[in-house]
Amino acid sequence: MSLYKNLPLIMLSFILLLSSALLLPDTVLASADNAVAVEAAVDVAQPAPTMGPRDYRQIGSMSSRSFVWVIAQLHLFLAAFVLAVPLFVTVIEWIGVKTGDQRYDDMAHEFMKVSMTAYSLTALFGGTLAFSLFLLYPTFMGYMMEVFGNQVMVYALLFFMESGVLYIYYYSWYALRYGNRKYVHLTLGVLLNGVGTTLLFVANSWATFMMAPSGVDDAGVVTGGIWDIMRGPLWNPLNLHRFVANIAFGGAVVGAYAGYKMLSARTMAQRAHYDWMGYTANFIAVLAFLPLPFAGYWLMAEIYAYSQQMGITAMGGILAWLFIVQAVLIGTILLSANYYLWNGMSRCEGAKRYMWLVKYIAVTLVVSFLIWVTPHTLILSAHEIATLGGSHHPLLGPLGIMPAKNIAVNLMLIGTFLSFQLYRRSDKVITVPWAGFGNALMVAIYLLAIANVIFLGVYYGYFTNTVYKVGSSVAQVMSTLIVIISGVVIDTMMFKGAKTLPVNWGHISNRGVYALFALPIAFTWLMALMGYVRSSVRTHWHVYTVMKDNSADNFIPSIGHAGNMMTVATLSFLVLVLFIFWVASLGETKQALPVKEEE
Amino acid sequence: MTTMDNEQQYINPEQNGVVVFLKVLAFMVFIILVFTGIANLLPQVEGQAPKDVKVDLGALTMDAYIAMGETLFKGKGTCTLCHNNLGRAPDILQLNMEQTAQDRLAAEGYKGEAKDSQGYFFESMMEPSKYVVPGYGKDGDPSPMPTINKAPIGLSDIEMGAIVAFLQAKDGAEPTVELPTDAPAIEENAVPAEPPKVAASAEEALAKYGCTACHTVLDSAAPIGPELKTIGLRSTKEEIRNSIINPSAIIAEGFPPIMPGDFADKMMVKELEMIADFLAASKAPAADAAVPTETEQKGEQ
Repeated sequence: MSLYKNLPLIMLSFILLLSSALLLPDTVLASADNAVAVEAAVDVAQPAPTMGPRDYRQIGSMSSRSFVWVIAQLHLFLAAFVLAVPLFVTVIEWIGVKTGDQRYDDMAHEFMKVSMTAYSLTALFGGTLAFSLFLLYPTFMGYMMEVFGNQVMVYALLFFMESGVLYIYYYSWYALRYGNRKYVHLTLGVLLNGVGTTLLFVANSWATFMMAPSGVDDAGVVTGGIWDIMRGPLWNPLNLHRFVANIAFGGAVVGAYAGYKMLSARTMAQRAHYDWMGYTANFIAVLAFLPLPFAGYWLMAEIYAYSQQMGITAMGGILAWLFIVQAVLIGTILLSANYYLWNGMSRCEGAKRYMWLVKYIAVTLVVSFLIWVTPHTLILSAHEIATLGGSHHPLLGPLGIMPAKNIAVNLMLIGTFLSFQLYRRSDKVITVPWAGFGNALMVAIYLLAIANVIFLGVYYGYFTNTVYKVGSSVAQVMSTLIVIISGVVIDTMMFKGAKTLPVNWGHISNRGVYALFALPIAFTWLMALMGYVRSSVRTHWHVYTVMKDNSADNFIPSIGHAGNMMTVATLSFLVLVLFIFWVASLGETKQALPVKEEE
Repeated sequence: MTTMDNEQQYINPEQNGVVVFLKVLAFMVFIILVFTGIANLLPQVEGQAPKDVKVDLGALTMDAYIAMGETLFKGKGTCTLCHNNLGRAPDILQLNMEQTAQDRLAAEGYKGEAKDSQGYFFESMMEPSKYVVPGYGKDGDPSPMPTINKAPIGLSDIEMGAIVAFLQAKDGAEPTVELPTDAPAIEENAVPAEPPKVAASAEEALAKYGCTACHTVLDSAAPIGPELKTIGLRSTKEEIRNSIINPSAIIAEGFPPIMPGDFADKMMVKELEMIADFLAASKAPAADAAVPTETEQKGEQ
């Protein structure tokens, strides 16, 4: 009976699934498969126009670049959030099904509730961004439309699908909660994430085309199909980087929501619930954040492979100082995440076994952080060179180059994983007979990895030539990855049959909870910063090597100006997030029945 | 805050959501300001787009040509991004390049077609993978160096010649590269159409585009077009900009429609903005205005 009742909903789900499967390959790949169509397109294609005063407009005296900068950044913040939340919500929902613990299901639903308002705002800022670009950069947008053609309509169609599936997924939560229906709901979640991720990848192709155009000749004439245009050398690295970063960012934002709700809770039950929610959000953010440097490394390596000049512009040229700020931001994220985990260990008596290790991890993190922020290859004034006594500081100079930073970053990641692993172990008493061997193995892996990271960095970084220096960084990364993967595997095996100690949710200091607010701010500012670097490596080109930027804003601004722009974007996003949280809470507020006045 | 074991009991009945909200907000804003402060404390450098410089080829001396090469080497050519002491590419400024070129030409692995240093330098810029110095480059994708006469660097033949002259002369050798001439054939075939040099100020831009020939502006009292010394009182910056880009859209009463319509093609965007800003701020009464202004004139020629 109930199956029939929900049949339309189920059918709609399958129609959406089917249409997504059919629509994408046909539309996206059609021109790649059809050589005749490509040739016909080439016949009428035009080179990228040369930009002059008529090609740029302004709103009053406002800088067009600044206006688009803030709008685009807000759209990207919101889009990252709404694409990320369903990803981990579906996983949490699935965990709820597998464990039979309803709390996971409730938490997943609450995460979705927060993201629903953000979805509308994402669309509003997306629309505003599109209008802004067409108004202020009409010729540039005309060229982009000529290059991408019908693909933009695929994007629009995907957006319709995303909206439809999102609303069905959220509003059918309680209608499809138990039994087989839950699997229909989970399927909707998977479909939602499939469409959302495809949307992300399509939009990424516009950004990567501007950085490293493909499917066009030197003059910008379209020579290939849409598939050739999309799959430029930077497309997949950016897809991976943004996909992972979005999850970390989304986790951090909902963590702040949970943190605020916890601090303002009036009952212990509420405090415990939101403490658990905040812990889960932080877990998601940190877990996604740990592999992020490796994805970033791949993206940067591909940028260097595409154009060494572009890579050096980012890492050793005019934009190099930005990476000092990046180090500060990532340092803030790692220190905050660790601080939260250490504070969270007070929830469980079993954590006392590991507390002695915290001070060593803290020292490692701080020293590594200081090495990371030490600059080296920078543009210096004559006065600065004179003050330093040379282009590099005699003592700190060696700490400024990449081998030292590679050691520092890898040790910070290993230290963070150790905090994470200790936290997971704090509520367990391991009972497997080979516990002693397992622990010894884990300690050995840590020590070997740390020794390997330091040895590779020092020996190949300072005593051999550049080729080995770059190659050794890969081995360092592998050492860190081995620690993370083997840690997860060994713990999973050791936790079988482990005795679980009680966890007192809500028993964490308020000071520790503030780490949940530092994380999203650092993530948001970091996203703005790295997005700016990604965009600025094009220097004075709208489309690198193909279409010059001849606007009044065709220069790379000073880092102070760029930082102020990022702050404007971050503060604006903070206001929007507060609005989103407020709206999410508003739904829980019920007005009391008015009491009739006695006559 | 007092915590209690009973989950249903209030942990703090006087918990004030507004206070918590303000504390959290202040904390977050503080962190944002810390990041902003760090960004503003660091050295502030702007990365300007390379500017094309118009050179009077008729008056160009070899010394000036060499100096031009050095400027291009360190600036528009972006050569020092890689050719420095960090080991990415040979440190050209430290090497004796005349001698180095001879060594490379005599090297066993050299498969290029150059016969002398001048040819080697040109070949290295235009076909960087022709010969890669051992220890640099990658397997299968020999040289990461961009082709210098193509985008994004896009140096002209004259500019590459200047760099060759600099490389030959910097260690005392006599440049063999010939000084460019302004013969039309070379201009058409070898020198891409260069946009004019960007004016440094609004006054320079007004003079450059001959505005003073027809308008009362700066030191000019020309009566052919409307006076511009008080145009800021009558028109907004947007209107002024539109009048320059499209002068025939609105013709000021009493003046002939003779203003050229190609300023949008000739002017650089920065010049247009400087002129529009300057004129929008021009609100001082012109004592020597030749033609009385119409009230509320919209859109000047």
